[in-house]
Order: sequence, then structure tokens, then C-alpha cells
Amino acid sequence: MNRYAVAAIYKFEMARTKRTIFQSIISPVISTSLYFVVFGSAIGSRITEIGGVSYGAFIVPGLIMLSLLTQSISNASFGIYFPKFTGTIYELLSAPVSSFEVLLGYVGAAATKSTLLALIILATAHFFVPLEIAHPFWMLFFLVMTAITFSLFGFIIGIWADNFEKLQVIPLIIITPLVFLGGTFYSVSMLPPFWQTVTQFNPVFYLISGFRWSFYEVADVSLITSLCVMGGFLALCLLAVTWIFKSGYQIRR
Amino acid sequence: MIQITDVNKIYASGFQALNNINLAIKPAEIFALLGPNGAGKTTLISAICGIVDATSGQITVDGKDIVSDYRHTRRLIGLVPQELTTDAFETVWTTVSFSRGLFGKKPDPAFIEKTLKSLSLWNKKDSRLIELSGGMKRRVMIAKALSHEPTILFLDEPTAGVDVELRKDMWQLVRQLRDDGVTIILTTHYIEEAEEIADRIGVIKNGQLILVEDKIMLMNQLGTKQLILDLKEPLTEIPANMTDFNLQLKNNGLQLIYSYDTTEEHTGISVLLQHLSVAGIAFKDIKTDQSSLEDIFVSLVKETT
Repeated sequence: MNRYAVAAIYKFEMARTKRTIFQSIISPVISTSLYFVVFGSAIGSRITEIGGVSYGAFIVPGLIMLSLLTQSISNASFGIYFPKFTGTIYELLSAPVSSFEVLLGYVGAAATKSTLLALIILATAHFFVPLEIAHPFWMLFFLVMTAITFSLFGFIIGIWADNFEKLQVIPLIIITPLVFLGGTFYSVSMLPPFWQTVTQFNPVFYLISGFRWSFYEVADVSLITSLCVMGGFLALCLLAVTWIFKSGYQIRR
Repeated sequence: MIQITDVNKIYASGFQALNNINLAIKPAEIFALLGPNGAGKTTLISAICGIVDATSGQITVDGKDIVSDYRHTRRLIGLVPQELTTDAFETVWTTVSFSRGLFGKKPDPAFIEKTLKSLSLWNKKDSRLIELSGGMKRRVMIAKALSHEPTILFLDEPTAGVDVELRKDMWQLVRQLRDDGVTIILTTHYIEEAEEIADRIGVIKNGQLILVEDKIMLMNQLGTKQLILDLKEPLTEIPANMTDFNLQLKNNGLQLIYSYDTTEEHTGISVLLQHLSVAGIAFKDIKTDQSSLEDIFVSLVKETT
């Protein structure tokens, strides 16, 4: 194991966050806090409880998940896309590092950044809505595993993308709608039967459900189902990354 | 040090960038790879460094295969690419330290300091790369390549766009590295660069290595020498008793040029001078001129067209 290389990539990526702290941390914290203010403190007080949980508190896990998913994807995709764009990837390709070590550096840093961001957002939520976490271990487990899984997904997007537009397309057009329609602002049981069935095909729905369960023991599906869906998506991403490194797709000419 | 055997590279488009390349690079030599644009110089370097995969053939470095033993072989290699690809917002210090870590070396601030000082970059260590001039960026690229103490250094067009002073500094650095035991492989468009610093020359064209030779031998073997006589009176034609000599009249008949082979035992100069004396042709000055590596390169490339 080339641990110095893993450390170098990891530190390099973390340093980038430090340089772009407004964009990477402050901006998503502020925008998520606005949701807490509007839907939690302002409108939330006029909406009835869902499953015994106040509306303001109900939306917190979903909103944390929204930031976690989008930031994991954008951190990891930008991390690997930028060297491709500037040409500095030559150094990575000619270095004595394995694909696994490259992955560990980039995905590890992206997952760390988005997990930290999620924890900051969670702490910020305390200022606006009453919160309790019934299962802190499972909450952290979901947080970290989701961050890793979607950082891997972001890494794949970063490899696939050959322009900046493609980097933005997946988070904006796919992830954000999936989070909004995955039960962030409502329980799926509130939907008509047809849309309840459609929601079953939304993988993010299972993540939000599992994550919310760790807070309030309220979920749309069982914990096991949520874990299986997350594990399945993780396995899918790992398979895709393995194929990318084996084939050299979009990396090696 | 590096052994390249039957290496071919065919891109997905069908373009064959390398065609059956066989080459051995010796330890601690400066090997210059010359060739016109698109000849395959960068592809060959990229194949050795692992940036592109060869379609067939084998490359070994220090006796180890570059694919199966990539960890060992890549640690030995430093690469300065042709293009100035840098992380614009990083500082000189962090980018060079990053390269050292990436190549599996533990942090060594003293070594990084020594490297930066040797490249006159020490006072720029906290500058962001975006703030540096092209020449300074080129030095940073070299510092990055040297940061993990490689024993083989690839310099792909190292002095492209670099001013004369920096170019000479770099030549000095390259010689110093060679004297320290580093094997240098450089590609260049500046033939004078190869002529100045290379020990051996390789010429590549259309993906084929058309010549590999010791520089001095090459210049002796392929170089022609000329004896140039500035005449007192102009000649209208080569005198009849001298038509057997390889002579040319230039400068309105005021210059007589004799081309001869340096490898021949008898150059024919003394006989020519006797003939001139007999013919009563007086000259006011005499000088010799040897063909440069550039002339040799141009003629080689033309020959294989």
C-alpha cells in the first residue's frame, strides 16, 4: 500500500476545501438553514405533525441527505475531473499508485468533506427546530455510508464528464429531484397509491427513510430494506469503478 | 536501464503512433529523442511512464516489467511533460510536496528545500503557480519530477518557450543530474540542445525509430565537412583539371567550396591545393565548416520520406 500517496491525495483534496470554504461549507450550510427557517420555524408551525414528529424536525433528515448527496457527488466529481481538465492527471497516471489507492484518496476526502458538512448542518438545525436522535450510531452509519456511496458515484461522474456542464447535470437534474420526491418534505404514505408505487423506484427514498428512522424511529420502509438498497447502490458503484480502472475509460488514452 | 522490445501503439482511431520500437537506454546517459511533430516521441515516453498502454511489446525498467511491476518501475521515473500543466491555485511548496508523496516517499522538507534552491525557486516557495512566469512554471515541473529522487528523468520538450538564459541553466542542471547518476531521456525540437548535451541520439519518424547512435559517432559518420576558399579573382567555372573534386562555386564565383568525407583516410585537400596552385588560382582566406546535427537530422528525415 502506497500510504504516502493516499495521504498526499487526501490532504490535497482537503486543502482545496479549506481554500474554497465559502463555496464548500458556508454556502450549503446557509442555503439548508433557509429551509429550516422557512419550513421549520415559519410554515412548519402551521403544519400538523407527521408520525408524531413536528414538521420542522421531520424535514431535517431529508434536507441533510440533500446536502450530503449533492456535496458528495460534487466534491468527488470535481476532485477527479479537475486534474483531467488541467492535464495534471499525467502525474497520477505515472505514479506508483493502485486504482484502490487513488479511490481511497479522492473518495475518502470527498466523503470526509460531505460528512463534516452534514454534521455542521445538523448542528445548525438545532438552532431552528427541536431535534432528537434516537439511534446516534445508525445516524452516523447512514451518514458515512451514504457519503462514501455517493462520493463513489461522484467519482464515476467525474471520470465520465468531459466538460463542466456534465459535472452539474447529474446532481441538478437527477439527484435533487430524487431527493425532493424521495420523501424529504412528506411521508410517502401521504401520496396517492400510484405515486407511492412510483416512489418505490426512487433509491434516495430508502436512504431518507432509513436516515429519518435513526432520528425519530419513523420510517416509510424497514431499516433492512434501506440498508439493502444502500448496499446495492454501493456495490453497483464499486463495479462501475472497477470497470473504469480496468478499461482505462476516459483516463488512459 | 530501460529496455523497449517490439513496442507498438495503435490508438482506437486506428492511428499507429509507435511501430515496432526496439531501444535500450543505458544508465546515467543523456539520450535525446528527435523527430518531427507527431513522430511518436511523446507517445513513446507516455508508454514508458504508464500514461498510455502499449498495444503490444514489452518495456522493462531496471529489469522489471512496467506493467506487472509498476510500483517498482514508476518510483524510479520522474516525468516533466511537454505542456505546463499545473494546479494554478497551489503554492510551489505544496505542489512539489504533493508529488513526493504521490510517488511513495515520506515527507522530507529538507530535500524539497534543496530541490527548490537548486532550481532557483526557493524565494517563490509560497507563491501560487498562477502567479509564476512560464519559465518559473517549467522549473516547478522539473522540481515536481525530481521531488521523489528518481534515477530516470524524462524531459519532454523541456526548454520549449524558455529564454536562452534559462535554457542554458537547464542544460547545466541536466548535466549535473547525469553526473549524479540520473539517466536522462529528452525530446526536443531544438537540435542544438541535443547537440549540446546528449550522449546518444535517437531519431523517430512516423512511429519508427530510424536511427540510434552515439552523438559523436553520428556526427562523424554522417557529417560532411567543407573547405571554403575565398578567391582573389572570381571564377566563371570549375577548372577542367579539378572536375573530379566535389567542388561548388558560390558567391558569384568568389567562393570555392570543397565537400569531403571526414571518415576517409585521404581527404584530398592537399591534392586540391596543389591543383589550385598549378592552375594559378589564388585565394585570400581559407576556412572549414562541419555539418551540424540539425543538417544531419533534416537529411535523415528527408531520406525516409
